[in-house]
Amino acid sequence: MIKIAIIGLGKMGLSHTALLGAHPKVDLVAVCDTSSMVLNGFKRYNKSIKLYEDFNEMYAKEQLDAVLIATPTKLHYLMAKPAIEKGVHVFCEKPFSLTLEQGEELVAFCNEKKVINQVGYHNHFIGTFREMKRLLAAGILGDQFHFTGEAYGPVVTKPKGGSWRAKPEEGGGCLFDYASHVLNLIQEVIGKPTKVKGTLLKRFYSKEVEDGVFSSLILDSGLSGTLSVNWSDETYRKMSTSLMVIGDKGKIICDATELKVYLKEENKTESLPKGWSIKYITDLALPIDFYLRGEEYSAQIDYFIDNVEKGKQGDINTFEQALYTDKVIEMLKTDSNE
Amino acid sequence: MDKVLFGDNQFFAVNHLSDEKSRAQSMRFKDTKSIMYVLDQAIDLGINTFMCTTHDRIAEITEIMRKNKARYQNFNIYPCMPYAHKYANAVTELGIMGTIKQYVPGNIFSLAAKGGMALFNKDFGKLMEILIDAELKMFKDINTPVIFLQNVLVDMILGLGMTEVFAEYAEYVKKKYNAEPGFITMNMPMLYDELEKLGIQNPIICSSINKIGFRMSGGKDIYEKYLTEKEFRPIAMQVLAAGALRPQEAIEYLGQFPKIESVLFGASSKGHIQETKELIENNLK
Repeated sequence: MIKIAIIGLGKMGLSHTALLGAHPKVDLVAVCDTSSMVLNGFKRYNKSIKLYEDFNEMYAKEQLDAVLIATPTKLHYLMAKPAIEKGVHVFCEKPFSLTLEQGEELVAFCNEKKVINQVGYHNHFIGTFREMKRLLAAGILGDQFHFTGEAYGPVVTKPKGGSWRAKPEEGGGCLFDYASHVLNLIQEVIGKPTKVKGTLLKRFYSKEVEDGVFSSLILDSGLSGTLSVNWSDETYRKMSTSLMVIGDKGKIICDATELKVYLKEENKTESLPKGWSIKYITDLALPIDFYLRGEEYSAQIDYFIDNVEKGKQGDINTFEQALYTDKVIEMLKTDSNE
Repeated sequence: MDKVLFGDNQFFAVNHLSDEKSRAQSMRFKDTKSIMYVLDQAIDLGINTFMCTTHDRIAEITEIMRKNKARYQNFNIYPCMPYAHKYANAVTELGIMGTIKQYVPGNIFSLAAKGGMALFNKDFGKLMEILIDAELKMFKDINTPVIFLQNVLVDMILGLGMTEVFAEYAEYVKKKYNAEPGFITMNMPMLYDELEKLGIQNPIICSSINKIGFRMSGGKDIYEKYLTEKEFRPIAMQVLAAGALRPQEAIEYLGQFPKIESVLFGASSKGHIQETKELIENNLK
């Protein structure tokens, strides 16, 4: 059994706690949060989990194999560092770091201490995006001309709001919260953005942070494309993320539910016909043992636990990859000020 | 329970297979009249139960039903609460306490005088009762013989190991609403085991049951074992596996499990409603 603890019992933290609580290979020993209401909930309904308000005290008293950090971004460094020091493997929520210096230090420290690390960019555990990555790598689109990366959803649809997500200094805003997912997907599925141009960080309702992120990205391959993200769009029931790439042999459009491929000519190796074909998530979903809000949330936890069990660093959602996404976020911020 | 339960996903832009289809649905059902039109067609085809989330717009439907008592007096609604996205979006924006403050109805301010939030801090049972009452307010004077907890909440509680909440919930809806408690889950075998430990006998459990094992956590085999061997009242949902299966083969598959009491399905056209209803009635034992 992998002994694990969680710090931060907000929306993601509670969801991770439930997934770990139901995981057959996990012994969920402790949770840490400052909300007395949440801790009282555990005290009342689940007496087998130890409760802490101070993460340093928890690190000192518990013998952990791993820790999951689901606190606001500004706290990640503070909470990850002492865990790595003790050789405790770390799963950290996204976005990874508030400053690049802190992120770089954590990446180097993990390498030094041989600590297994993962960040919660869960889209990589959605079958459709995985299949898109595979098809692009197989070159089915030929010469690529253009891409788009988009995400829309109804987070801030009125002029109010009070949580840390409304505060730029704590890692709030649409750029950190929504756009980071799209940037990370583009980076790992299509290619690494190395330059950004014409960035617009637009405020619609929020006073201190942007609600929309729009920009042109140029990737290391030379391919360029468009980023369009808006968390104030109530025509979407929930966050909806999609990627599109077009090339001289065809086009791929992909979201969490379906992957649509258009080819000018049949591709025999991939058994894809000329014209449109659609692959659905029902065929591509990863098998899991416990479902909460989507297969991807369970699958990313399974992946982390398996890596901890085997003692080997995975190659999906490493701190290093998440740090690169933080770098692109910095590029966008700098560009928008110019 | 009726064999055929009419669902509401199609009305609220829930489509597990295609975001694009879900947007098309959201345009088609933008006003309550268009929802009522389909619901009335279902009723005319002999469907007698509507199983729906406590979405804000359902309040408009129950209002119409109250105003036309004669037509709807024998019609049943099985509410499923809470409408989780409402809370999930609110938690992202306002945090957990902010969300509770937003959704606990007005009387929280009078409670505040007596220690308000601090009271909830200790008395979770009371908080749960207030939230249940708030969610069910829209069903006043409507027949709600079964009241469900939604899967996101059921599976969250299950994972957190806070299963005693299920017992408190069951007791409250029986006592206050004279209704049977129901549970929707994506983890049916695990939920069954926990309900059994709590002494909740022969529970109503609604879960994905389909030929290809879609959203059947742990795999199809263990689901089939439970459907054959355990004592509970299963409702099958996602029987078409989000559209991956044809209705005929999908519902024939359910026929081999005599314990399945009901099938939950949603459709927007009269033809589809009729076809699916007949398949269910012909195949379910």
